[in-house]
Amino acid sequence: MNPNASSPSSTDESVQPQVVRLVERERPVLAFTLDGAPASAREGDTVLTAVLTMRRHLVEAATDGPCSGFCLMGACQECWVAVDRKPVRACSTLVTAGMHVATRRHVIGG
Amino acid sequence: MADPSIVIVGAGPAGIRAADALARHQLRTVLIDEAPKGGGQIYRQPPDAFQRPYSARYGFEAAKARAIHRTMERLASTVDYRPSTLAWNVWNRQLDVLCAGRPDRVPFDFLVIATGATDRVLPLPGWTLPGVYTLGGAQIALKYQGCAIGHRIVLLGTGPLLYLVAYQYAKAGACIAAVLDTSTAAAKRRALSGLAARPRTLAKGLYYRAWLAAHGVGVEEGVEPGSIAGTGAVSQVSYRRKGAEKTIQCDAVGLGFGLRSETQLADLAGCRFRFDADSRQWLPECNTDGESSASGIYLAGDGAGIEGADAAELWGERVGLAIAARCGRPRDSARIAAIDRQLARLARFRAGLERAFPFPAQHVSALSADTILCRCESIRVGEASAAIRDFKVGEMNRMKAITRVGMGRCQGRMCGLVAAELLAAQTRQDIAAVGRLRGQPPVKPMPMPWSSPP
Repeated sequence: MNPNASSPSSTDESVQPQVVRLVERERPVLAFTLDGAPASAREGDTVLTAVLTMRRHLVEAATDGPCSGFCLMGACQECWVAVDRKPVRACSTLVTAGMHVATRRHVIGG
Repeated sequence: MADPSIVIVGAGPAGIRAADALARHQLRTVLIDEAPKGGGQIYRQPPDAFQRPYSARYGFEAAKARAIHRTMERLASTVDYRPSTLAWNVWNRQLDVLCAGRPDRVPFDFLVIATGATDRVLPLPGWTLPGVYTLGGAQIALKYQGCAIGHRIVLLGTGPLLYLVAYQYAKAGACIAAVLDTSTAAAKRRALSGLAARPRTLAKGLYYRAWLAAHGVGVEEGVEPGSIAGTGAVSQVSYRRKGAEKTIQCDAVGLGFGLRSETQLADLAGCRFRFDADSRQWLPECNTDGESSASGIYLAGDGAGIEGADAAELWGERVGLAIAARCGRPRDSARIAAIDRQLARLARFRAGLERAFPFPAQHVSALSADTILCRCESIRVGEASAAIRDFKVGEMNRMKAITRVGMGRCQGRMCGLVAAELLAAQTRQDIAAVGRLRGQPPVKPMPMPWSSPP
């Protein structure tokens, strides 16, 4: 799967992903799983970057509405997701091959 | 007799220089850092897979970044370096830390708190939509991940970072639709005498502005923030300037109005705080050696008050030298005097920056009732105002207890300063009179369960 392609989502009308790769775009590709579906990232991507190069939101609409992270430095605490069933901050966690990322809040209990 | 145990929290420019100064006096430190690599935020090192040269990553700061990273490399084998480790509590002269799910306790005789800063933000209607980031976050996306936060970006706020991020982004090929500065050209002119304390830094700022103009990136000053709108994610920003309402289509916003210090550990350590009128923030008190009111606990860098990366390096070295003298090493008076002279000049520059790019506190009272104030708990300005009125709230911790503002995961990092401005304005008190949020451990949410310690 092209890591820069977007996946359509029911929560937003735009088909373009949020984040744009500007430089060093040709790093090795890593395959991982996002919300049960195959996905790919580039080596060195954080989970946040990887997800946002595919869609416009990180966490799907729950009680607070969709969100895409905010501070990118581990301060705002808005990017908590589950990686291999453990809660992590997406902005501070690098993608590794084969990881399972779950972003739906009712699944991670956030 | 063994040397005292010296612990440093934060491996940014301040923490690294403190460790270095102590190492030069043969004093070993424990250097704890939340990140996997040293450098803090300003000199943050990207993951290994990124290979572009320093000049591309750090621009004019490349030499400083390289020097800091080389120092860190040199220190890594002589200090007890604990990367990817969160110091989440301090009490009884011990730090509670967590690394990869394993808790530990680190006792100290001397502690250096060098925890840095985050962006200071102003809420707008729609600011919680996907696609809105802090200016610092926008910079990290580029520096750390080689990415832009969107396809068509509006940068809104004030401060030197606004212009730096615009320049870095546009230079890297991102589309900056507009740079909207709430501060006026007049405010900057009035600040020139203070800014002239650092002519090279001032020149850099002027260079960024000139570059943006030459490359067709629109910059507007004296802007009044309006709102951010979109369905499911950002699609436009509205603002007012010279009486006219304007709207810009975009898919991302970088929002930032200067920085705020990360003071949670200083608070838990029992340091006394004072209100800093220039920056409108509560900061831990320090003497000229950088020592807090708690004996043996020192503060350095932006975590003690926003003064920038160069001041952070100097303060780090300064506290390192002060602690070395307390440990029986000869006090390096000449070097200390030289540092103090440079710090005085930096303080004058800092005062100039606050005059040139003031936090637009006047906009807080004008926030619409449906604007979200507390992002974590989704509490709107109107709800908070009603509770302040109905419960006769006059102080920050009571405001938190009654409204939940500041009670969420970020523990008031994003909302605390604006909540104070709101409370002060509504109750017609001086901003200092409403106090500050009391800290609680852990300083950040931590995943559970933990594995048991070794």
